[in-house]
Amino acid sequence: MKPNGNDPLVMIDNDRHLFKVSRNNFTDPDVFAKERERIFSTCWLYLGHESELKKPGDFVTRVVGGRSILFNKDRQGNIRALFNSCPHRGSQVCRERKGNAKSFQCFYHGWVFGQDGALRNQPGEESYGHDFKNDPDSNMRQVPRLESYRGLYFLCYDPEAIPLVDYLGNAKEYLDVIFDQSVDGMEVIGGTQEYAMNANWKLLVENSIDGYHATSTHATYLDYLKSMEGGLTNVALSGVGKDLGNGHGVIEYSAPWGRPAGQWVSLWGDEGKKEIDALNARNEKLYGKEKADRIAYKNRNLLIFPNLIINDIMSLTIRTFFPQSPNLLHVNAWAAGPQEESAAARKFRLSNFLEFLGPGGFATPDDVEALEHCQLGYRNSQEVRWNDISKGMGLEQPAMDDEEQMRAFWREWSRRLTGPEQIRGERT
Amino acid sequence: MIAATEKGSDAGTLTRPEVEDFLYAEAELLDEWRLPEWLDLFTDDATYQIPPTDIPADASPDNNLFYIADDRYRLGERVKRLMKRTAHAEYPHSKTRHQVSNVRILSQDDGQVEVACNFSTYRTKDDFSNIFFGKLLYGLEVSDGKIRIRSKRVVLDTNGLRNQGRISIIL
Repeated sequence: MKPNGNDPLVMIDNDRHLFKVSRNNFTDPDVFAKERERIFSTCWLYLGHESELKKPGDFVTRVVGGRSILFNKDRQGNIRALFNSCPHRGSQVCRERKGNAKSFQCFYHGWVFGQDGALRNQPGEESYGHDFKNDPDSNMRQVPRLESYRGLYFLCYDPEAIPLVDYLGNAKEYLDVIFDQSVDGMEVIGGTQEYAMNANWKLLVENSIDGYHATSTHATYLDYLKSMEGGLTNVALSGVGKDLGNGHGVIEYSAPWGRPAGQWVSLWGDEGKKEIDALNARNEKLYGKEKADRIAYKNRNLLIFPNLIINDIMSLTIRTFFPQSPNLLHVNAWAAGPQEESAAARKFRLSNFLEFLGPGGFATPDDVEALEHCQLGYRNSQEVRWNDISKGMGLEQPAMDDEEQMRAFWREWSRRLTGPEQIRGERT
Repeated sequence: MIAATEKGSDAGTLTRPEVEDFLYAEAELLDEWRLPEWLDLFTDDATYQIPPTDIPADASPDNNLFYIADDRYRLGERVKRLMKRTAHAEYPHSKTRHQVSNVRILSQDDGQVEVACNFSTYRTKDDFSNIFFGKLLYGLEVSDGKIRIRSKRVVLDTNGLRNQGRISIIL
């Protein structure tokens, strides 16, 4: 019998304002197997952005929820997601990371498929039955569901899943605020940061929407900003954390750093100021002052359950990650920005990104170190059994450095793993 | 003091052994975590860049997301950061071993020397060891009998950083 096997996954005590998560959830192979079945096979998962497929024939291959996927655009401009496996013997058909192709040929026996995955021809066709090509099982298989919102493409392996817009629910409004930064549309900027952590994937969920750890974990980043002339405004770090339902959560807050979306810092000079002022004026005309100010001056760390993070902070990042095992995760992260932004603004955006974010930044590596040391600390989870996620639990409106947005994740995670009749797991 | 930065004869031109001596000395400074001294090898307008592995190796960081794209100021801040105990990712410091080989001078003109070499850098942190490998492209500058680095670009031969996780050391 495994340690703590009988502990509830999540233990909630509303009277004492306690929210505890079993450390077993980060190490147990059975939990990992259940996650594959009940989360990564049933939730909407982020696949990619429409701007990654600009021209007909463009394709990208990607691993999503443990499956090998071919994401492509056909001659008519339809965007598709195919399982990248040959219907014949199963080899991955497309072996390139990205490119442009009129058709896809499996090199093993030479079967050729169209951009829609349909079998076009195969060597020795005459040796097959006359209607072999009409059998859907002869084609590369499409993923059961592919839907998009604001250019973000999500797939789902459950044919019965609710529509994406319903799944996104209250998170849609936050996505709108973020994607309304652009009138011509947002684009993913070239270059993917592909990295890894020896940590359970749920640790990165928590960390990505954690407003509590900055002062301690990111001391050197804050030192850096303070020492840089013109790098900061005097705006205070302050805001709220919210449960958006369906497992989605957000922190929305003001912060002292410069935002290419509308918060100028003197480092960007007079030219930069003109540009930011014009951007804010345009947004005010389009959306009214209240929303324009929110776009410009509020930061958002948004979690779309289970594993998509869109952080609209000193830069804009789209980050998704998948567990390879209970203690290893792979991350793909991109920078995104308005198509219409100037070369100078693009440069500031990317510079801001690299200062903080990514495996070579001044902050993310320290997050990785923290998460890996949590995972190492879970060696002791037979004796030291619970993580605490209680901060701000009794408050009417939890703050950005409380943990309500993480509790949102854990409530949904635990609901999906234990089934509806045990949703609460509450102990009063 | 690194002998390798002293340039004796033929001011403005370098031989391959002179370049090799310089690169070996640089590697030693990195492996010994003498980062402030390492920083002194760079010119005031120097750049240090690591592009991601899914775009062309000569892509620009102005319109592509890199792993690292430091100007001299940020490189200095990187060194300052790495020398602090609060740079958690590198506390305690990793053990590293920087290897340089296949050194070639691509061109030299008026004290500007373009150099390419292969590299592999081993790193151990906690109980984990891993390897970074690929090609280094240097723009070196020779003036007043000293060699300095004007640009250093690290072109990784891995697909991303799935095995290495992060680049918290200097490559």
